[in-house]
Amino acid sequence: MMVERTPILDTFTYVFLMAGICVVGFPIFYAITAATLPLDQVARIPMPLNPGDQFFVNIQAAWNEGNLGRQLINSFVMAAGITVGKIVVSMLGAFSIVYFDYRFRNVAFATVFCTLMLPVEVRILPTYEMAANLLGPLQWLLDVLHLNSLVQWVAGNNIEISLEWSLLNSYTGLILPLVASATCTFLFRQFFLTIPEELCEAAKLDGASAMVFFWKILLPLSTTNIAALVVIEFVYGWNQYLWPLLITTTPDMTTAVIGLKDLIPQADDIPKWNVAMAGSLLVMAPPVLVVLLMQRWFVKGLVEREK
Amino acid sequence: MIKRSHFKSNGLAYLLITPQVLVTLAFFYWPAIQGLLQSLMLSDPFGRRSQFVWFENFVRIFTDILYLKSVGITLFFSLAVAFTSIIFGMTLGCLANRALRAKALIRTLLIWPYAVAPAISGILWLFLLHPAYGVVAYFLKNVVGMDWNPLLNGNDALFLVVIASAWKQVSYNFVFFMAGLQAIPHSLIEAAAIDGAGPLRRFWVITFPLLSPTIFFLTVMNIIYAFFETFGVIHAVTQGGPGGATNTLVYKVYQDGFVGLNMGASAAQSLVLMALIITVTVLQFRFVERRVQYTT
Amino acid sequence: MKGKRGSTFIAVMLAMVLLAGQSFAEPITIEWWHAMRGARGETLDKMVKAFNDSQTEYKVVATNKGDYGEVVNAGVAAYRAKKHPHILMSFEVGTMTMMLSGAIYPVYQLMADQGFKIDWSSYLQAVLSYYVDEKNNLLSMPFNSSTAVMYYNVDLFKKAGLDMPSKTVPLTWEQMAEITKKLVAAGAKKGLVTTWQSWIQIENYSAMHDIPFASKANGYEGLDCELMINNPKVVGHLERLKSWMADGRFSYEGREYQGPNAAFVAGDAAIMMESVSGIGNVNKNAKFAWDIAPLPVEADMKQPQNSIIGGASLWVMKGHPKEHYKGVAAFMNFLAQTDMQELWHMETGYFPITTKAYESLKTKGFFDKIPYQEVGIKQLNRTVPNKNSRGIRLGYFVQIRNILDEEMELIWNGSKTAQQAMADAVKRGNDKLREFEKTNK
Repeated sequence: MMVERTPILDTFTYVFLMAGICVVGFPIFYAITAATLPLDQVARIPMPLNPGDQFFVNIQAAWNEGNLGRQLINSFVMAAGITVGKIVVSMLGAFSIVYFDYRFRNVAFATVFCTLMLPVEVRILPTYEMAANLLGPLQWLLDVLHLNSLVQWVAGNNIEISLEWSLLNSYTGLILPLVASATCTFLFRQFFLTIPEELCEAAKLDGASAMVFFWKILLPLSTTNIAALVVIEFVYGWNQYLWPLLITTTPDMTTAVIGLKDLIPQADDIPKWNVAMAGSLLVMAPPVLVVLLMQRWFVKGLVEREK
Repeated sequence: MIKRSHFKSNGLAYLLITPQVLVTLAFFYWPAIQGLLQSLMLSDPFGRRSQFVWFENFVRIFTDILYLKSVGITLFFSLAVAFTSIIFGMTLGCLANRALRAKALIRTLLIWPYAVAPAISGILWLFLLHPAYGVVAYFLKNVVGMDWNPLLNGNDALFLVVIASAWKQVSYNFVFFMAGLQAIPHSLIEAAAIDGAGPLRRFWVITFPLLSPTIFFLTVMNIIYAFFETFGVIHAVTQGGPGGATNTLVYKVYQDGFVGLNMGASAAQSLVLMALIITVTVLQFRFVERRVQYTT
Repeated sequence: MKGKRGSTFIAVMLAMVLLAGQSFAEPITIEWWHAMRGARGETLDKMVKAFNDSQTEYKVVATNKGDYGEVVNAGVAAYRAKKHPHILMSFEVGTMTMMLSGAIYPVYQLMADQGFKIDWSSYLQAVLSYYVDEKNNLLSMPFNSSTAVMYYNVDLFKKAGLDMPSKTVPLTWEQMAEITKKLVAAGAKKGLVTTWQSWIQIENYSAMHDIPFASKANGYEGLDCELMINNPKVVGHLERLKSWMADGRFSYEGREYQGPNAAFVAGDAAIMMESVSGIGNVNKNAKFAWDIAPLPVEADMKQPQNSIIGGASLWVMKGHPKEHYKGVAAFMNFLAQTDMQELWHMETGYFPITTKAYESLKTKGFFDKIPYQEVGIKQLNRTVPNKNSRGIRLGYFVQIRNILDEEMELIWNGSKTAQQAMADAVKRGNDKLREFEKTNK
């Protein structure tokens, strides 16, 4: 396959690649080293670069101090929920937009598309209020229209309508607001547009209904895309910080990324960076593993997003 | 855009899109409208007092020289992050593409940072780069002997946060370049080689032009990343200092709104950010729609 | 469905109550959101557990909601959604926002309503004074309070042939000039470093020298206050520090605590001005003899005022059922007990809030064993707090501190003179104050 023999260039290639890998990998190497050292060595400046023997001690300390076991489970539920939720919601949405012709199709698409790329951080407080009471807008409508007094007048007694459905401290609350994103819908739309028209025509000739077409043809064709999205969305869900911090108030419901902050030395704390780094390794391990194990699909899927 | 061959619309189409629309309305539009209202008001965080002030909050931020300076810093910072991470990603991608052995291993070793949470990468970099106890800072100062002080020198501080922010994006960019390079037909490169073009010349004449759509796409993605997701790094490493030299827009929103509880100002700033990001996205969308050939 | 389950639940509860009497009744849950983690979080949990074990009516659930900023935000978001905790911790710079929020139940009122007769004069006044209203009523319960002191490296002092400073009489800045000169001449890499520059070099400096930080009694007496830090004394002090940078007598190591701490602990910096809450860290990591002295003052300041505190206090939030507040008051009262305050001080280094706890620690000989622990308390207690030294009460204080940090950095890197930087800080800070005033009119 090589076009020509270029031994010097080949050597350079490998040398630079090695260098690149080292630079990219240095932070993690450093974190691992720190996680193996006792406290007095990790506090030395500069920190020694040869590993110590305290790895399991530190991992254990991180595990015990942070209630990480429970929080890792929460992170997993949250990440998995966001992944499944996004994929289901967006795949159905994209199917509707691409394969049906109806009046508000373009409106629906534009509505959803506008949310592309808008991170939860810039709308955090109002979103929180929404999650605290999903029926808030309805209540607001009631208040504005003075429907309460109307109801009271009709019913003739003191009925007070107050609508409340709170998502705080629940898995639903952790998951649902983050499902609101257009990226997946957009990706599925782009993918469906590249599927040959003949498939749909053939299905229609066979008399298949829309949902049969979806199950029998569209879904099997989308497996690579779905696998890639599983990786991307799992990582996204796992790595959330600000949202779970606000929406959960009991230690039993918080996620691992938040629990980890407990381990990071705060103002004037004893700088237990060894334990902090051990904890960081624990918390970043699941998404890193998912990316590495599902590399093939991930790379393919990530690139599909560009199209 | 719609399939030429499609199904007849009945209730089903609406049913299918309903979950998406509902979730979007509830968790995007309603909060966004509230944010919009907030930006036109002066209000205390607990919602006790608020008064409508029209565009006063916007006037205030746009007449604040420091806000305008922050806009400049943000643009420079984003471009620098995009440029740095794209150059590194492209170099590594090209090299990995040349390598014959251990391709999978090389890829594995280069893509994992993608999975690291921004909150955690902030912690990792704080530990590495902190001017007082970070090993990189120590190395630059005491071994290389650089007169390097990010605590006092704004450029040094900016350099620091650019490097730390670009790191995570290198692996993202690398993946795209890898894929892009594999899609380039070998016959083209071989033909050029027969014509006597050296490796570098081949890169400039063939590879680079064919990669340019990828580069454009990645520039947009990296700028969006630099706009929003870097505040953890800035918070950990420089806190916007020295003297505001690394005070980017999103860090200002965080400082004024989240820590300082100045609701009106931060809502207005968020809206400016929102407008910027929607502009970028729409530009990208138009570009993408034009470029991609869908099957007919 | 839900209603049915509810009624079954009530029926079961009733049965249980009938069978077992009062002792089986569910305790009322009192929620407390705080920002303490690590070792401090553990001590806090001990105190909560002690309260929960001491009675059966109430159960306090303490939750760490992140750092100070995150805790207050969580509280704000929750209050707007009516899901707020009973007790919310807020840092001292957020006092004004909390006070005007309309969301709080002032502590003095709570305690009086619930029948706790508390002799507020038995509290450490310099701690209380940060959280009182203009009529001297306590609004929030001080929890973790510290003040700034001067740590010094005894070995480096000896090497430079210097006498050890007193633990009660502050050095003068003239003496500091000599001392740092000798230290640097004797080989110390850095003379003096400081943490939290705005808090120590401007806020505390002003309080101790009896200069107003802002008009209207540092903001206690009106929202229409203005910053007054562009006075000759503060400007002169900052200019002096800047001039010391040329020969290494002063070195800037960052806004917060990590940099200066690292420099001191590594033995590079001979003197560090830092909060007493940093004692644990220095204790653990410094490999040399060190000690603590009060912050220096100007020579003409014969009777310096008390320094001011930093840290956070507990705010009781409105909107819970009446019977809950009895528990909240009981818990507040419990926290102020001598044994709890002793535990808190001994394990965290934060000040006890009552004079009784302080005296008790003294009688037990705690300070004889660890004399440096007392330096901060004595510095706080050396005078009765006055208008300039009881605290600072500004709107958008967080943003104003950011402005001060920025402007001070511009002095240190030579972009501005101290005069110019403080004039700009006053102007920018006043803009924030006006914005706050307009919002809260």
